[in-house]
Amino acid sequence: MAASYFDVDGTLVTTNLVHPTLFYLQNQPTPLHTAAKLGRALLKAPWMALAELRDRRLFNELLFSSFEGMSEDRLLLLAEETFTKVMKPKLYAGARDLVQTSLDKGHEVILVSGALDFLMVLLKEHLGATGIIANRLEIHDRYATGKLLRPVVAGPEKARLIREHARASGHDLDECFAYSDSYSDVPMLSVVGHPAAVNPDRKLTQLAEAYHWPIIHLAA
Amino acid sequence: MSHPSVVTIDHRSAPRTLFSGDQLVDVDLPTGTRVIYPKPPIAPLKDVNAAIRYAINHPHNSEPLYAKLRPGMKVTIAIDDISLPLPPMKRPDVRELVLTIVLDLLSDHGVDDVEMIIATSVHRRMTGPEVRHVVGDKIFNAYWPKKLYNHDGEDAANMTYVGTTELGEEVELNKRAVDSDLVIYVNLNFVPMDGGHKSVAVGLCGYRSLKAHHNPRVMRACHSYMDPGSSALATSVERMGRVANAKLNVFTIETTINNRMFDRPLEFLAKNEDELTSAEKTSLRALRFTLSKLPQPARQAIFQRVPSPYGVTGVFAGETEATHVHTLKRAYEQYLVPVVGQADILITGIPFISPYNVNSFLNPLLVQVMANGYLFNLYKGVPMVKKGGTMIILHPCTDQFDNEHHAPYIEFVHRLLPETRDAMELHKRFEGKFASNPAYIEMYRSGHAYHPAHPFFMWYWGEAGRQHLGRMIVVGADNEYIPKLMGWETARTMDEALRMAKTTAPPKPEILALHCPPTLMTEMSVSSPRLSGPPDSLRG
Repeated sequence: MAASYFDVDGTLVTTNLVHPTLFYLQNQPTPLHTAAKLGRALLKAPWMALAELRDRRLFNELLFSSFEGMSEDRLLLLAEETFTKVMKPKLYAGARDLVQTSLDKGHEVILVSGALDFLMVLLKEHLGATGIIANRLEIHDRYATGKLLRPVVAGPEKARLIREHARASGHDLDECFAYSDSYSDVPMLSVVGHPAAVNPDRKLTQLAEAYHWPIIHLAA
Repeated sequence: MSHPSVVTIDHRSAPRTLFSGDQLVDVDLPTGTRVIYPKPPIAPLKDVNAAIRYAINHPHNSEPLYAKLRPGMKVTIAIDDISLPLPPMKRPDVRELVLTIVLDLLSDHGVDDVEMIIATSVHRRMTGPEVRHVVGDKIFNAYWPKKLYNHDGEDAANMTYVGTTELGEEVELNKRAVDSDLVIYVNLNFVPMDGGHKSVAVGLCGYRSLKAHHNPRVMRACHSYMDPGSSALATSVERMGRVANAKLNVFTIETTINNRMFDRPLEFLAKNEDELTSAEKTSLRALRFTLSKLPQPARQAIFQRVPSPYGVTGVFAGETEATHVHTLKRAYEQYLVPVVGQADILITGIPFISPYNVNSFLNPLLVQVMANGYLFNLYKGVPMVKKGGTMIILHPCTDQFDNEHHAPYIEFVHRLLPETRDAMELHKRFEGKFASNPAYIEMYRSGHAYHPAHPFFMWYWGEAGRQHLGRMIVVGADNEYIPKLMGWETARTMDEALRMAKTTAPPKPEILALHCPPTLMTEMSVSSPRLSGPPDSLRG
């Protein structure tokens, strides 16, 4: 059996990691908490912009540090609403078809995302996917510390995690598929035998054309 | 005496101008070479609309279309896709004329539940502008995209199993068509392998049905795709079509066109070079010069973007098989050139277009399908070239692909062909995996890519030619890699190719050359013209 590994943000949904994070920050227990959280996030914005340019992993760590102090209960409580209001409406129309075709052909479908696991579980269930590789917040005494558990799912680390998953599941990577929209996911695309670019950015388009990778355009 | 379309080269003959992709090349052919030209275009019908009305009111082996209609019924109209004709026809396309009359008739009879499906099978989806070109502005604006759309052979929810033939061929068709009270098929017959049962049983099916006949075993048993009686492919499709027609209420409308492919400024390309006027010779020189100076996309635009002034020569309607008999007769009337005596060496240019690269580049796999598949098969009777003979083609064989239309072709050519050229091995080891590749399937379903099984079909399509020919030599290839992948030899010039071919041919070999496009077909008989003349030893 082969596996299909899907990046999520920009590939299956039009949103990115910031959108659900903002929804969480806007929905704090009190308006004061919300203002404080948003203010702190705003202060970090320039650093995040810089990190986004240099290192995806650092960007993820800075972004998710905004969750510091949130209770585990609240994170899970808001997950359903965040998914329904932020992610589900932004799912590409053809994403479900693409995932379903992979399932129909007997593939294991794994969502590989820098997003947080409790959101990815909901997307996995919604799409009928079989597994997730996602980021996990560190929880201490039922409160988020603002740190991510290792390994942080981003950039080249995605490729290593996919290799590990394939080995553990008995998949031949040459027979596996990977889908992404972003040039930052070239490592992940390069480890499988069947990479494909989905709504790719300019740099990934150039690369996909040069290497004759399939380019899929999913309608929003 | 030979047919006027067969010209024998003598020492006074001018060089022949043959296509090499989107370039024109002058070649000096040896004395005695017989060059086969297309017949002149048959005069078109004077009033096509009247012919359409007559055909649907006086159908073959069927009640008239109007008698099949009742208010509230569900009707599906299936339409041939952009693979026909080549290049696309000048507007109005004959399909627009047929659809206009049929839709008016349906409306007059209170039939409102009408959907139109472009019968693409596993071909790429047509784009909006391409559909508009075929059906015209009025119909396009009224129906596209909800009631006029491309068939999707991978949409499992909208495909229905219809039945299985006595030989186990599974017929699975578009659900909307199967569920309809009436299916009207609007065909445009470009070559004699089009139309008939192929329209519904292939145009509206998916991979599950296609693999019954698009496989090396069936293709090897074809002795001309253009002669349905000798084609195992056509026989299989016919069996499946009968299963389909037993379940579906099909009314077939077929149309034939003449071979007027080039409009007035380029009409001389179909003429015998010895009969060109001074002005035409100058135009030919100018065209050749211009093409040699233009970049490839511009050359492609000159030939592909200019629609052809085809004239409609026949409209036939009714029950599928009864209708198709008349269509074939008219098609053969246009295309068949009688030729006596097979050749040891067959020469042909490979033009810029095939049914599978409308609005894109003729990639190496399609060059192969044009040579081994289409051009080799342009015969009725016996093959143009003797068993084990040599075919010489002219084409640059550029290693270039359209990344969108032909995405799965690239992997087929560059990953699979280096492993094996054996069609049976490709079929057994790789076809299933390719056909179930979700990325390629998504490109077929939501983009404009051919289905991932299509490159395999293209390779099998060349199987009859590969099995029959001894050698294939390419003149003018711009690289060695692609011809080698295809199993072909290369030569820099026609003289060199002929010298190479003669090493495995009998002394004084018979040489035939095809001067196409425009489309032609040979009606080949086996007796050698030499039998009626003096023996070789007595010739000067």
